[in-house]
Amino acid sequence: MSAEEKSMSIIVTKGSLDWAYPPFILATTAAAMGLPVTMFFTFYGLPLLLKKLNLQVTAAGNPAMKMPMMGMHMGLPNLLTAIPGVDAGCSLMMKNLIKKKGVASIEELRDMAVEAEVRMIACQMTLDLFEYDKADMIEGIDIGGAATYIEVASQSDINLFI
Amino acid sequence: MADHTLDAKGLNCPLPILKARKALKEVPDDGTLEILATDPGAVADFEAFCRQTGNELIEHSEDDGVYRFLIKKTG
Repeated sequence: MSAEEKSMSIIVTKGSLDWAYPPFILATTAAAMGLPVTMFFTFYGLPLLLKKLNLQVTAAGNPAMKMPMMGMHMGLPNLLTAIPGVDAGCSLMMKNLIKKKGVASIEELRDMAVEAEVRMIACQMTLDLFEYDKADMIEGIDIGGAATYIEVASQSDINLFI
Repeated sequence: MADHTLDAKGLNCPLPILKARKALKEVPDDGTLEILATDPGAVADFEAFCRQTGNELIEHSEDDGVYRFLIKKTG
């Protein structure tokens, strides 16, 4: 395979529903195109390795967020995004759109990444810091720190921080 | 006739590519895989996929919103 000598690494730092997409889409696609891929999950990206995911979007964190609605694109005034239930509503709306438009779920993409032998490294420091237990994470992941990632990155052709 | 056909209609990026990669594993060397998709982005993506993986995109066409790709497994 012509791509065999190329490889990719991604630092995954964000764990909301919308931000979980780019790393998993790129990792699975690169793996499908023959690149060995390593994902390093740190800070808010780490919970993406939990067995059970319930990802949400925050309208407050994405001031430019607009959803297609009644033939228009509707945004929310920043003040309203603080009202309890608004994030849950936005998340539900986005999950419905995802299904309707034939976009894969994060769970599905993560399964495909595992199947494609994407190497996943959980950041040990983040496990300690936020008190996560490796036993709650999916099988087959590695544990490592900054030096583990730098070694991978120094051997990778493409290194992304998302 | 292609050796295998993958119906990826209604699926969005990157699912047609991911499913094609999986389907290609079932295709014998020099065999062909036919893919049907409705994602307009699949056109550029299958071209890139084939360039990168060394498989040959023999033909692609569009009929009434359905894209048809024929890939020869040479990668």
